[in-house]
Amino acid sequence: MDISIRIGGEAGQGIQSISSIIARTFVRHDFYVFINQDFASRIRGGHNFDQVRISNVPVQAVDDKVHILIALDKETTRRDIDCMAENGILLFDEDAIDFTSESPNHFSIPFGKIASEVGKSKIMINSVATGAAIALMDFDLQPVLNGLQEQFQQKGSEIIENNQKCAIAGYDFIRKNLKEKSLFRAPSAKSVRQKMLLTGSQALALGAMASGLKFYSGYPMSPSTAIMEFVSSRADQYNIVLEQAEDEIAAINMVIGAGFAGARAMTATSGGGFCLMAESLSLAGMTETPAVIVVAQRPGPSTGLPTRTEQADLNFVMHAGHGEFPRAILAPGHPAQAVHLMSKAFNLADKYQTPVIVLGDQHFNDTFFTVDELDLESITIDRGYILTDQDLPSPREYKRYSPGESGISPRILPGLTKAVLYADSDEHTEEGHITERATIRNQMMRQRMQKLERLRQEIGPPEIYPAGEAELVLLGWGSTHGVIKEAVDRLNQNGMVAQMMHYSELFPFNPRNIGIAELRKAKIIAVENNYTGQFADFFSKATGLSVHQRILKYDGRPFTAREIVDQIEDKNKENNNGYRGRLSQR
Amino acid sequence: MVTVEDFHSDDPIAWCPGCGNFSILKALKKALVDLQQKPHKLVIVSGIGQAPKTPHYLQSNCFNGLHGRTLPVATGIKLANHKLTVLAQGGDGDGYGEGGNHFLHAMRRNIDITYLVHNNQVYGLTKGQASPTSDLGFVTKTTPRGAISPACNPLLLAIASDCSFVARGFAGEIDHLAGLIIEGIRHKGFSLIDILQPCVSFNRVNTFKWYTERVYKIDADSQYDAGDRLKAFQKAQQWGDKIPIGIFYRNQRPNLEEQIPAIADQPLVAQQTDPDSFSELLETFK
Repeated sequence: MDISIRIGGEAGQGIQSISSIIARTFVRHDFYVFINQDFASRIRGGHNFDQVRISNVPVQAVDDKVHILIALDKETTRRDIDCMAENGILLFDEDAIDFTSESPNHFSIPFGKIASEVGKSKIMINSVATGAAIALMDFDLQPVLNGLQEQFQQKGSEIIENNQKCAIAGYDFIRKNLKEKSLFRAPSAKSVRQKMLLTGSQALALGAMASGLKFYSGYPMSPSTAIMEFVSSRADQYNIVLEQAEDEIAAINMVIGAGFAGARAMTATSGGGFCLMAESLSLAGMTETPAVIVVAQRPGPSTGLPTRTEQADLNFVMHAGHGEFPRAILAPGHPAQAVHLMSKAFNLADKYQTPVIVLGDQHFNDTFFTVDELDLESITIDRGYILTDQDLPSPREYKRYSPGESGISPRILPGLTKAVLYADSDEHTEEGHITERATIRNQMMRQRMQKLERLRQEIGPPEIYPAGEAELVLLGWGSTHGVIKEAVDRLNQNGMVAQMMHYSELFPFNPRNIGIAELRKAKIIAVENNYTGQFADFFSKATGLSVHQRILKYDGRPFTAREIVDQIEDKNKENNNGYRGRLSQR
Repeated sequence: MVTVEDFHSDDPIAWCPGCGNFSILKALKKALVDLQQKPHKLVIVSGIGQAPKTPHYLQSNCFNGLHGRTLPVATGIKLANHKLTVLAQGGDGDGYGEGGNHFLHAMRRNIDITYLVHNNQVYGLTKGQASPTSDLGFVTKTTPRGAISPACNPLLLAIASDCSFVARGFAGEIDHLAGLIIEGIRHKGFSLIDILQPCVSFNRVNTFKWYTERVYKIDADSQYDAGDRLKAFQKAQQWGDKIPIGIFYRNQRPNLEEQIPAIADQPLVAQQTDPDSFSELLETFK
């Protein structure tokens, strides 16, 4: 089973309440659910949709075909009908929407009338629609009724009951009038409640908290804000201080202050906010202060498309900040990876006393993924080279920027030893005092930049799927993990020998992580949500390998597997089966 | 017993001979000794300019960061370990120009930091441009016809922002300034101490002599009530022939850190995260 339901309507109509109840119902019955949220930058009105994909095998990408389309506004009937699968069903309310259709698959159902009569409130059209969708999938309604009870717990029994009645009425309407159209018989399953449904933002926040996050400062900016809100909702329980800053410059400087004092600290923002942080990123590099910064990308330049997705800030985060200093850049492709990489980000930041950037994007941050489990208990915390009084028999001799045995300078945390430390944004001596002497400058530059070489050894290899040799290698990073994997499966089903090479640990690049010689025989196809193929350029330069095709998308929407497969097959035809190489002839 | 020797630093001083900063450094050390402040429990955060070099010249923990960004760094440090005494230090360009937004919000938060602003009404380190506090008509390399925008009044801004401790000192009155610093550090909230500091290289108008002829101490008037905000507004507007120094305004509103449950028992730096404490949270996603 692999069903996609799209609910389209205006902001404020309750699209998300429909998608979340349906999603939770199926996740609790051991299905895999993936919800893509497509919304405009406004609080009310506009056209938005949620697309819920339900499958009995793991799914981590948007499907290009919609099996059930629920139109809460006219715009949905205009824009979204093209996405429908051949036997897909459209539900709309002819009393509310000026739309007529001859198609036997387009059904009017009086959402508004049922809501008013049964639920005593027009707002409850979303519960009617939820019931109707469940009936079309021939699934049990009871878990939905339970879900409504949970959702409206705080609103009292009358609201709960009315919503439940609306769901039942919507369900019954479909059973009565469209029984023969219940094409999608969802296999019945028992409620197990083992899988988890969560967004990329929530996974990043969880990873940070379980890694010992103690201080968070941020300034609201889509699509990063959900991270701050999640941390905030649990800050008192996990003893985290969260301070909403007056701007992004304040946010990063508070993080640097807290990091200097010894608390694990982070901020999150999007590209525009990160622009404001650039000078302070360099400050963290120079003062050798750990800092973790999540950059949830959105399409630029400037304000761009504030609520949509893009991967166009890779070059920027790689080069942001004046001068030369070490940094690491990580980019998770799914929630388990987000947890692992947040933990790695904090450990690298502490160990190498330098900033670490975690790249997300709107698609990754706002999408709901289903995961079988998240392993937080195996997270290890490495605070790096920090001295205590026992290590400091003569505190006056302590020097913050002395080379240390391993090339990493010893930190102390202010107030926690008898020694004092001087940290400076100017070039400084081993003691941390301002200097302009050329020999010391050279020593300090080498000391800082040598950390980059050590960091490089910590960078993990890309994920290769499936293993073995391939003639087509689809190269991607960050949020495209799920969709590339799906495209690779489809290409292999179509008789090609394709493989995904997905990078989640991007910088500093370690070319020893991959088999360059084998890759030289393959055709490398870059898949990126940007205009130029930023990672493809970086990868080519670092490995000497050429990228044969770039599949790029910059309209602010995530890829579907079909888009990727079609472009590869088109190119293949163009090249006169150029992609059919030695492996497919075996 | 903490003595002035405990604050000695070997770092050679890079200020111009006769600079007002020497007196401010002396007053600061005097205040710290009087308070019996242990150097390793003190952090001084500074920005960029001549004043922000100060923390190098005494024994204490120092974070000398970016121009204008002193207060957010100090805020992060104080929230991470509120057992530390945290001072922030900068000049008029640093604090009232580049860092103006942070200044407003630090006062609003009322975080327990003492902020010393060495206000010489001119940019010194960049060699003589107008500053946000340069007087109207002040001639500099960037205002050859004289400053045409009036000076910003940091004390009025602070009182309007309900800053919980607002004071002005003068580099020529070391004991008085030391007294203000002591009061500022003792005060459990954000303390602004604006310090009139003659610049011997680039400000030939607001000199030691010019200030000495004009400054007078507010506390000489026993009737002055620093709890009266309206009176403080009036007093802070006085500038010219007579320039008041002393504590203009103070209140006892709660500070930021005492309102945060996460640090009610111990500072953040003393707390560990238990990786086993997340199972309940994970259940909420099922």
